[in-house]
Amino acid sequence: MQKARKIAGKAVYILLLAVFIVVMVFPFYWLVLTSFKDPRDISLMPTELWPSRFSLKFFIYAFTEHHLEVYLLNSVVVALGAMGLTILFAFPAAYAFSRIRFKFKKFWRNVILLANMFPIIAVVTPMFIIFRKMHLINTYWGLIVPSVIITLPMAIWTLQAFIDTLPKDLEEAAQIDGCSRFQAVIRIIFPLAAPGIFTTAIIAFITAWNEFMFALILVTKDSMRTVPVAISMFPGQYTVPWGDMAAASVIATVPIVLVVLIAQKWIVSGLTSGAVKG
Amino acid sequence: MKRHISREKRDNLTGYLLIAPAVLAIIAVGIVPVIITITYSFEYYLLTDPQNRQFVGLQNYIEILGSSAFWMVLKNTAVFAVISMVLELFLGFAGALLMNGARKGTRGVIRTVVLIPWAVPGIIIAYMFQFLFNNQLGPVNVILSYFGGASDFSWLTKPWSAMLVVIVADAWKQFPYIALMLLAGLQTIPQELYESAAIDGAGKLKSFFHITLPNLKGILLIVLLFRTMGAIRIFDIIFGITGGGPASSTATLLYQAYKYLFTDMNYGKGSAMSTIITVIILAISILYIRVLGKRDDE
Repeated sequence: MQKARKIAGKAVYILLLAVFIVVMVFPFYWLVLTSFKDPRDISLMPTELWPSRFSLKFFIYAFTEHHLEVYLLNSVVVALGAMGLTILFAFPAAYAFSRIRFKFKKFWRNVILLANMFPIIAVVTPMFIIFRKMHLINTYWGLIVPSVIITLPMAIWTLQAFIDTLPKDLEEAAQIDGCSRFQAVIRIIFPLAAPGIFTTAIIAFITAWNEFMFALILVTKDSMRTVPVAISMFPGQYTVPWGDMAAASVIATVPIVLVVLIAQKWIVSGLTSGAVKG
Repeated sequence: MKRHISREKRDNLTGYLLIAPAVLAIIAVGIVPVIITITYSFEYYLLTDPQNRQFVGLQNYIEILGSSAFWMVLKNTAVFAVISMVLELFLGFAGALLMNGARKGTRGVIRTVVLIPWAVPGIIIAYMFQFLFNNQLGPVNVILSYFGGASDFSWLTKPWSAMLVVIVADAWKQFPYIALMLLAGLQTIPQELYESAAIDGAGKLKSFFHITLPNLKGILLIVLLFRTMGAIRIFDIIFGITGGGPASSTATLLYQAYKYLFTDMNYGKGSAMSTIITVIILAISILYIRVLGKRDDE
């Protein structure tokens, strides 16, 4: 009896797991499938759940008709730039919040956390007007700098949670041995914090890669668009080129999926570190 | 000879030097623009009519609050926020419990599968779902027709079903994050609690309500507030799937602000709407920081 129940329980579990995985994977399956369809089959009705023939034409169109390579380059530059700037600003701040006592520390930390909550819509209009005067519209810097508002608070939070877990005695010992605080940080904390920095950098990269509203509004020239915005401009007045969009989406997703596959453990710890602390 | 600066002073100086770049950046690209937006919100400021730009006091707010469009998008936002949150919490719990019950290898696989929607651009997810639910070319109708459903149901032209597709797409993208947070929480609950509950004769359901839920309270609170804010700030999914339609039935507060600003080119009205959203979000975040602060003190 007990055994039967255990087996039944296991069967239900596996069934639920299977449903869960199908639900998670099916939209991707459909996207990838569409991208490999033959252009002649894309508007077949009823649609084929498994196509009778495959083709790479949509992938070719993504580059020949839409110049995806230009948008990919823009996305890479902007995401890498935002990632670099974020780490450059976040690491010192996270260290200070974790290790140094200074006046109004809590206040400044709350200011940064609050800024994280601002809706982009409330910052983007003045930015558009100011950036136009400063000739920053349609430039890489014009996209890298604003994205800091989305990536920086999260980065400081994650990094601080990480530095909090590092033992204090090491840097204290180094300071007693005659290292300056700066040297102690560079020689001891920085290497120890490397996994935390890596995690933060990846999350910042993905966030910047996916950013949509800034990229939609602060860029008016087609050749400066990032991939997500560029794909949203594929649909014409009367037709929606589903195949081209699917192929471009697959290409835009592959680098992100690779990053997630390689770094999933770190990403999860980074995403959850701030919250589980308590 | 070393100069004697007190340790306290030196720490203050170092602290401020180290946070300066981050704080200045946040002020420059966050706080200053928000303040400018607030000043615009008191102006008649049409991009198509720049000569007549002038201070008009609360005019924009009065117009917005007096329009039926505002109450409609407010209702849409509330409907979207509540339903998507319930769905996401339910799925998040299911996902977390499934992962928690899995063996280590399987858990890694699920975790990866679950992380990918989080990492994919929202606009791509929007088009994925628009295509899935496309009435003629999408597989959803084909699959539904196997079960006797209509094979040409037009999901995106009816208000309720368009909202449903937006909610489903958002839930699919967001619940993995909730699942991962909850899983992290589940793993901090000591196993002995369940064992002793089992000895006391408590069933699975009972231990879920008496052990699991209370232990996850903190994380649940964070997740809830994060998602409330996410629901208010959602943009790319609506932009990609419905563009706010049909007949503004899926337009949220933020989408309406976007329309005022960048379709109507009405910076005054759009800024007033953005300010309203900011106030709502700030009210919720202050609540959030209060709650978090309390947890830190405990």
